[in-house]
Order: sequence, then C-alpha cells, then structure tokens
Amino acid sequence: MPDLARTWDVLVAGGGNAALCAAIEARRAGASVIMAEHAPKPMRGGNSRHTRNIRALHPAPTEVLTDSYLEEEYWDDLLRVTGGRTDEGLARLCIRASQHAPDFLKSCGVVFQPSLSGTLSLSRTNAFFLGGGKALVNALYRTAERLGIAVLYDTEVQHIEMRDGFATEAIVSHNGFPERIRFRALVAASGGFQANRDWLRKYWGDAADNFQIRGTPYAQGRVLRDLLDGGAQEVGDPTQFHAVANDARAPMEDGGLAMRLDCVPFAIVVNRDVERFYDEGEDVWPKRYAIWGRLIAQQPGQVAFAITDSLAERDYLPSVFPPYRANTVADLAGMAGLDPQKLERVVAEYNASVRPGTFKPMVPDDCRTEGLTPPKSHWARPIATPPFVCHPLRPGITFTFLGLKVNERARVLMQDGTLSANVFASGEIMSGNILGQGYLAGFGMAIGTVFGRIAGQEAARLGRN
Amino acid sequence: MDGIERLLRDAERNAAPETDAMQDARRQMAICNACRYCESYCAVFPAMTMRREFSAGDLTHLANLCHGCKGCYHACQYAPPHAFNVNIPATFAQLRQESYAAYAWPAPMGRLFERNGTVVSLVAAIVVTLVLLATVALQDPAVLWTPQRGTGAFFRVIPLWLINLLAGSTFLFAIVAMAVGGVRYWRGTAGGAGAPASMAAARDATTDILTLRNLGGGGHGCNDLDDSFAQHRRWLHQAMMYGFLLCFAATSTGAIYHHVFGWHSPHAFLSLPVQFGTWGGVLLCIGTAGLIWVKTVTDPGPVAKRVVGGEYAILILLFLVSATGLLLLAVRHTGAMGIMLALHFGLVLALFVAAPYSKLVHGVYRGLALLRHARERRARAPSA
Repeated sequence: MPDLARTWDVLVAGGGNAALCAAIEARRAGASVIMAEHAPKPMRGGNSRHTRNIRALHPAPTEVLTDSYLEEEYWDDLLRVTGGRTDEGLARLCIRASQHAPDFLKSCGVVFQPSLSGTLSLSRTNAFFLGGGKALVNALYRTAERLGIAVLYDTEVQHIEMRDGFATEAIVSHNGFPERIRFRALVAASGGFQANRDWLRKYWGDAADNFQIRGTPYAQGRVLRDLLDGGAQEVGDPTQFHAVANDARAPMEDGGLAMRLDCVPFAIVVNRDVERFYDEGEDVWPKRYAIWGRLIAQQPGQVAFAITDSLAERDYLPSVFPPYRANTVADLAGMAGLDPQKLERVVAEYNASVRPGTFKPMVPDDCRTEGLTPPKSHWARPIATPPFVCHPLRPGITFTFLGLKVNERARVLMQDGTLSANVFASGEIMSGNILGQGYLAGFGMAIGTVFGRIAGQEAARLGRN
Repeated sequence: MDGIERLLRDAERNAAPETDAMQDARRQMAICNACRYCESYCAVFPAMTMRREFSAGDLTHLANLCHGCKGCYHACQYAPPHAFNVNIPATFAQLRQESYAAYAWPAPMGRLFERNGTVVSLVAAIVVTLVLLATVALQDPAVLWTPQRGTGAFFRVIPLWLINLLAGSTFLFAIVAMAVGGVRYWRGTAGGAGAPASMAAARDATTDILTLRNLGGGGHGCNDLDDSFAQHRRWLHQAMMYGFLLCFAATSTGAIYHHVFGWHSPHAFLSLPVQFGTWGGVLLCIGTAGLIWVKTVTDPGPVAKRVVGGEYAILILLFLVSATGLLLLAVRHTGAMGIMLALHFGLVLALFVAAPYSKLVHGVYRGLALLRHARERRARAPSA
C-alpha cells in the first residue's frame, strides 16, 4: 500500500493506455506518480483491454507498418469521418505525434505484430499490438511498476477538490475504503461515461436499457461529471457515441470485440417491424461499421435482424453465437420472432430487385438493386440458398463523445475560458475535442498515447516545481 | 457446407459422448475465431481460421498443435474472471491428455495411465525394485557392492542377455505402441484430409520441431512465468530434447561398438558413447530440472491442474534417468557401481514402458499435428 499521507507530484485517474502513457512519461521526467484504477487487476486497462491497433503516421515502411501514411491523407481520413467536427490544431498535433507513438510504446515493452502485407486492409495505416490490447496493457503496467509508479487497483476516484481551477486532492474509494490522495497535478484519463446507464438515459430514455456496452463496465464517467461540475469546460455532443452492430445476445457489458458482426454488407437488415431502413451495401465495411450502431439504436426496440443465406455466410467472419438457421424464410422469421409473411415478402421484393453483377466481397462491386427503397448499392445477391440465416443485432456502444475541453498541452480549460492550474486530460475523456462524430480505427489509441504523453510531461513539470 | 459432410460430422459427434473439455474447447474456439487477436502467437490460431466448425478431430488436432506457451491466455480479453472464461492453454492441455488416452495402444493401457501422475511413479518404482531383486537372485548378491573393473564389468552385475532382453523388448514395445498410437491419432483427427502430402510440408514440420518455433512467440518469447515474455521453456525443452537425443546416440554408438567392432564397455571417457551420454545426461538434467522449476513458479491461471501430476512425474523420471546415468559414470570403478547400474537400468525400463502413455507421447502427436498444419498451410498458400 503506497503512502497516502504524502503529497504526490502527479495523480493519474484511470488505468487504460492514456493513463499509463501519462504516468510513465511523468515518472520518466522525475515526478512521483500514483495511479488510481477503478477496476480490479484482472480487468484493468479500461477500453484499451479490447483494442487492437494504433493508427500511426509514417513517411516510409517500418517493421510494423507497410508503405507510407502521411499527414494530409491522415487528416483527410479524419475530416471525412468527422464531417469537419474536429479541432484542426489538436488533430494535426495528434496526427504528427502519432509517428512516434509506436516507438514510445515499444520502449515500454509493447510488442507489435510484423506487418501483414495484403491480408488486412489496415496494415498500411495501423500498427497491430501482438496479442491485442490486453497484452499492451500488461506491458505498460509492467513498465509502470518497474519505474516505481504506485498503482492502486479497485480504486475509484469519486471527487476532486478543486477551487478556481486548482485541484488539490482526490476522494477515492480504495477496496471499498474511503481515502484521500493529495497531489500537485492531476491527469484525468478515466474514459467516457458509456457504462453509466442512468446518464445515457438522460438523452435516450428507456432505449438506453437496450444498449450493449462493448467495453469496460468501469467507464462510469464519475471524474468527467465531477470535473464538469467543478467548472471545467465541456466539449462534444453529450448525446452521441461510437457504436457498432453487435450480436443482440451479447452480454450487456464487456462483451468486447468478438460480439461485433460483420455480416451487414452481405445481408439485408430489417427492424422489428420487418422493414429495411438503410443501404446495407453503401460502402466497404471498415468505412461503414461505425454507423450501424446508431442506425440500430434509432429503430423501434433498438433491435435489428440481418438476413443472409448459406451462400453469403462464408463471406464474413463467423459469429460467436450460432445464428438462427431455417430451411424457409418463414421458419427463420418464426425463430427470430418476426412476422413470417412480411419477411417472405421483403426478401422476395429484394430478390426481384437484384441486378446481375460480378460479386467481389472486398471491394465495392456492381451487384446492386434497382427500384428498391432503400437501395442496396453493392454486394446485392438474391437470398435464395437455404438454410437461411439470421443474426439478431443490437447497438454496441464503444465510447461517448462528451469530454473535457483541452488545449494543445492537454491542459483542461475552465468554463470561463481560463486554463486550469494543474488539471490535464488524456484519452477518451478528451477525445471529443478531436472526434466530434464518427471514428477512425486505431485513432482512439493514437489520441490516448499522444495526449497521455503530453499530459504526463506537463503534469510532471508542474508537480516537481 | 456440404450436407453429407455435415451428416458425417453429426454422426461422429453422436458416436461417443464428448468430454466436458471437448465441448468447452468448441465453445472457446467460436469466441477465438470471431476475435483473432492472437493470430501471430503460434500455429494454433492460423489453423483455427482455416475452419468455421470444429469437429472433435479438429479440436484434438488444435490441442496437440498447442505448445502451451500461454501467450493467448495473458493477452485474452475474455480470460477469467470474464464471463466467457476463455483459457485455451488449460483446456487444450486437458484435451491433449484425453487424446493420449484415447489413441493409446493397447487401449486398456491408455485408460490405465490416464490418471498417470501416480501410475508412472509406481511403475518406475516397481520395475526398479524388480530389477534389483532379480539381479540379486540371478547373481551372487555380493556383486552389488563389490567393485567391478575391466571389460564386461557391467555384465557381471546384469548379464548382457538380460539387458538385451529387457531393454530390447521394452524399447521395441514403446516404439510399436507409439507408432500404433500415432497412426490411430492421424486417422482419428482426419490427418490427411484435403491437404496433399509433400516433402516441403515435412521439411516445415521438421524445422518447427527442431527449432521449437512455436515456443518462440515470434521472436520475443512466451509467457513462461507470468505476463512477461521469456524463452525459458524453449531453451530448457531444447536442452531436454537434444540431451535425450544425445543419450540415444550414446546407446546406439555403444551397441555399434559392441556388435560391429567388438569393443566392449566400459568405454574410455573420451570415447563417443561416453561423451554422447555425458553431455546428453548433463543437458537432460538441466532441461528437466529447469522445466520442473518453471512449472512450480508459473502463474497457475492457464495451467490444467489435472494433468500437472503426470507432467511432474515424467520430468522427474527423466531427471532420475539422466542423473543416475551420470552417477553411474562417476562411480563405475567403485563398489557403488552395481547398485547404481541396477537403479539406472530400472529407471530406463520404467521410462520405456511409460513412454507411450505419458506426456512423452506428445512428441509423436505434436509432430503429426505440425505436419498436418504444414500441409494445410501449403495447400492454402497459392490462394492467400
């Protein structure tokens, strides 16, 4: 048990990648550092535990990245997914600094997969952690402990004492016991509020009960709420979140990556009333998977059903839970609790509208519908090869966009526009500065690493003075 | 999938009730196959992605392909205490143990040895005692503590014909039993299905075995002790494996010396049989003792508790074989030679008898699994 009577140079609230990067940088700069991770040790790491890669700028091929990925292309990608809802200064800073993120993580013991040419469309832009995010988290904790950072598990930061933007101590619950941690600088890296259903309910009503929280159940947003109440300035749309199409039978929390379903581009998707509601084949899945969670969240009952057949089933990754299978569309509807006649009609109408084309699963092909509303623009093939297959879908929320407004040194801004004296933020709790909407694969880890490092350096500078 | 194939798989599944480990392995593979974060750890995960459904044979193949490096456990977002409770190293270790029993020949021996931790130790002890007693009975009991020197010294303790008979028969038995087990395993896991045999695949598999590539974790090592990376198990296993092969070379050259050249033991220290045996014995001692150490200090999370007893037993047996061999060399000109020879010989016989039913048989099944995987990989290579 670390000494809680002393005043620590830096308190890091959180335990994921952004928290660890901040803690390690601060400690390397000579500060005394204590981390408060809400989760118990086996579940440590926040949403980083479920991640897989980091998007990194690189002018030339590296050991772990192919070809090159330059600032303008990275910026264009970000501009496209956010629809311009971003802070260009912070975004470009993050993009430039992401070049050094893989080497920094390597210096902390993180191992990357060798670049896999051709097999994954992301291997040019994203560096993959060997074994995924939990392996990364393990390596970072190991480094943190080696450097002498005090790590408290099962420790929830419940309140920050703050006056005029100057924070002095944190009230925490450590293994259920109330404790105080005094500090000279604070790094808030405790994530969004997506696992706080009551908070989601404020914006979504009862629909919030049907949202699956893909990642850590510890993302309760307590530090975020507390700092906003303490006068910090907010950024990002509080009603919005990143969400994907999850298996409707997934656990309500912590189901992780394997619960997402990739079947949508090769299926037709109907809602509870057996009506199609969006073009399933609009674009390749990596560019569209992040809109489907929101689309399903807007359907009655927050549920949808992807209908495919035995022909299409081989074109997407297998699901963890077996899909419903039946030899007739009507039987399939019965299994899924849908109106059988209506589903037969919807499938028949769709089949009749499919134009002949050459099916190419990995690129936008010319298999499309004609005269159908909404259309299916690519990968449209008749659903005609029994057994027929149905995957039930629900929205799986990854993280919320509401956050703390920060400057380019990761310093938190107060509501009156002044800078907080000693509060910094990194990771999901401030990603809304850069991601106003949408998402780029591996960009969350880039934000967490880049701003975690900046926050750690700045906090250490303050803490040691 | 083809309807007939599905029927056959169903028939296979219905033929015998599957063990809990088998059913749990199938459940876990469904999770892994939708996640695939571990694709770069070892051969198991690329082999998994070649399948969408997992027959009992497929799962047995994957379990035997697993080297127990534990990388996937420590990296797993679904490892306990997560509700999905994914623990591939422990589940596959259990499944491997079940496959050793299921494909063993003769089958009753396989079942007898299934709970083999204690059995292996018992067999070793009984055989050693029997040999000692027989030696005393067949010879003048004084031979056991009188120094024996010069050509044929060993055979004055245990007659050459008895050594040949006992060692030859148990060794032959071990080879035949392991070969039959290997054939049964290959057929039972549909070893050749769909992938053509080729010299290239055999070469891949041999390289994998000789370098223990799958215990390298792609160069940075495995999670031998905890979530840190190390190559302890790889190097210790190499010491054990090459030590074992050197000891085998010692026996073989000894036999050639005896039967071809008529040079009789004990041989000089610098002779080939003694040099092979000495260094082989040293490596075996280091490897087995080191692997026992790793087992005792490793994180128990990804360990299958039911199979640990048998693994300790066979490691201790191997250690004792090599240690008594070295001691025999040290004391061969003293009065302790008789007892040491009997002890060493008894332990060697126990090893031969237990081999086809113990962890040692993993050498056969792992090798076949690597061969099968190399064939599958090469069959896929052009289209990938």
